[in-house]
Amino acid sequence: MTLATMLSKEEKRLIKEIWERLTPVAEDIGSDALLRMFNSYPGTKTYFSHLDISPGSSHLHSHGKKIVLAIAEGAKDISQLTVTLAPLQTLHAYQLRIDPTNFKLLSHCMLVSLACYLGEEFTPVAHAAMDKYLSAFAAVLAEKYR
Amino acid sequence: MVEWTEQERSIINNIFSNLDYDDIGPKALARCLIVYPWTQRYFASFGNLYNADAIKTNPNIATHGTKVLHGLDRAVKNLDNIKATYAELSVLHSEKLHVDPDNFKLLADCLTIVIAAKLGNAFTPEIQATFQKFLAVVVSALGRQYH
Repeated sequence: MTLATMLSKEEKRLIKEIWERLTPVAEDIGSDALLRMFNSYPGTKTYFSHLDISPGSSHLHSHGKKIVLAIAEGAKDISQLTVTLAPLQTLHAYQLRIDPTNFKLLSHCMLVSLACYLGEEFTPVAHAAMDKYLSAFAAVLAEKYR
Repeated sequence: MVEWTEQERSIINNIFSNLDYDDIGPKALARCLIVYPWTQRYFASFGNLYNADAIKTNPNIATHGTKVLHGLDRAVKNLDNIKATYAELSVLHSEKLHVDPDNFKLLADCLTIVIAAKLGNAFTPEIQATFQKFLAVVVSALGRQYH
């Protein structure tokens, strides 16, 4: 049983709605979350030594956008997360091989970005649902690691 | 020994001098109990924690949240001596309250998010990093006297 099945109907609805709203600003949210992660957890920069991740760089923005769009795509049908993420599972397990503890770090920074963007609207209930979803997303992403 | 730059000291002091402790403290603690429900185990005597709304309006939680933030204030005023400043509090949390030190990080993360929601984009990546460094030192000091 995956974490994804532990989300209530209301939580899934909340998550889907929030990511739908954020899709148009995927680039802003994504690059912001990555920048926060690089600042608070400098070890995470080691995975990007081949890119320019300075504030405002095109690499930072395109990468941030990619990540947020993948998270938003998964939110459309959380019960299908393993199917939706299959290609990304392979990519992360065999090519990127990012240590999964880093997923927690990015998830936390993603939550901070959401809080900055949504303000009071990022209620404790929305926060709880989002934290559960990002944990489930990370767990599915790491499924092919070993 | 923790080293603080002038900029870090300024950032930390700035954040706290602009905080309404009576607002942020309760919000942070309530959020922790809602997002990480198992933390409610330490508040069994506080009354109704049945759902998010009950937690958010619980006056005992609010009072406690404010207390916690005033506790953090002591660290802000003793940045070069946080470990010693918190020695007694650490013993209290270990011997009397029996709080698993992993929980300190959960509350710290919720406080970060509450402040982020309040400050918006003014809570820049650099400010976040400094604030999290401060919280990490606090969390470590609180867990220091456990044995």
